[in-house]
Amino acid sequence: MAERTFRDGARAVGPLAVAVAGFGISFGVIARAVGFGWLAPIVMSATTFAGSAQFASVSVLGDGGTVAAAVAAALLLNARYAPIGISVAPYLTGSLWSRFVHAQLVVDESWAIAAEGEGRFSRSMLLGAGVVLYVSWVAGTTVGAIVGQGIGDPAAFGLDAAFAALFLGLLVPLLRDRRHVAAAALGAGIALALTPIAPAGVPIIAASAACLLGLKR
Amino acid sequence: MSQTWLVVTLVGAGTVAIKAIGPVLLGGRPLPESLSRVIELLAPALLGALVAWQTFGNGEALAIDERVIGVAVAAVAIWRKAPLLVVVIVATVTTALARAIL
Repeated sequence: MAERTFRDGARAVGPLAVAVAGFGISFGVIARAVGFGWLAPIVMSATTFAGSAQFASVSVLGDGGTVAAAVAAALLLNARYAPIGISVAPYLTGSLWSRFVHAQLVVDESWAIAAEGEGRFSRSMLLGAGVVLYVSWVAGTTVGAIVGQGIGDPAAFGLDAAFAALFLGLLVPLLRDRRHVAAAALGAGIALALTPIAPAGVPIIAASAACLLGLKR
Repeated sequence: MSQTWLVVTLVGAGTVAIKAIGPVLLGGRPLPESLSRVIELLAPALLGALVAWQTFGNGEALAIDERVIGVAVAAVAIWRKAPLLVVVIVATVTTALARAIL
């Protein structure tokens, strides 16, 4: 396979950037509606850059929850980025500072697009996709927080199905042998079994334990 | 500091630290053999979970709604080797149509 570039990553994530911007708008609208003002949602998207965790913490505070509960919900949802970060670590070369900055561009979508199978990742795809997603997310949030009242719910446009479709499209080429199929099926099963009974975030981080199948010869 | 800014600051700092820990501590070096065998299966395991959760998850509950139709049609497109762009658009349009009709 030819070396894949930053531009390939940016291009590959293009269709999803529209969905991400749509959810950025709805994050801005929802955060403002629960009393975050206009600036805090934008700052949060620029620093946290993890959609589901941001929605979770805003909804906990909006429902009258405590600061501790809101922070715990968000960090549980983001706990998966510890193993994800380890998986890309060998490919993030460069100075400590550049590794620190590049690590922030890792989100589910940029990581999945950069996956080349057998545990390998393309650094330039990761960064290209990450930059596009970052700009879409922060720009969407800005629009939502400042002028978003009155823009429709992204679900009405079917944008909520875009993520499952993308992840499925990226998963299928990775299913090279029985071990990969078993890990994917176990991960899906754990996530579905725990979703109704565990706090948000726990099902996904628990599902990542399915990769321990790799210890079996 | 208001509750809002406290949450923004703590979630931001925590997330930045979680994302940075692997690349900062292990960056640029190959992983040990046993860890890399585990990490090789992380992508399929997490992607399997994300597909299931994004298709059936609704907050802290499971739901069967129009997304299932969109993802099913996307699965056919993937099976027919459609490009990813087409897969994502097909899922989005199908789901939106299903919501408008059903």
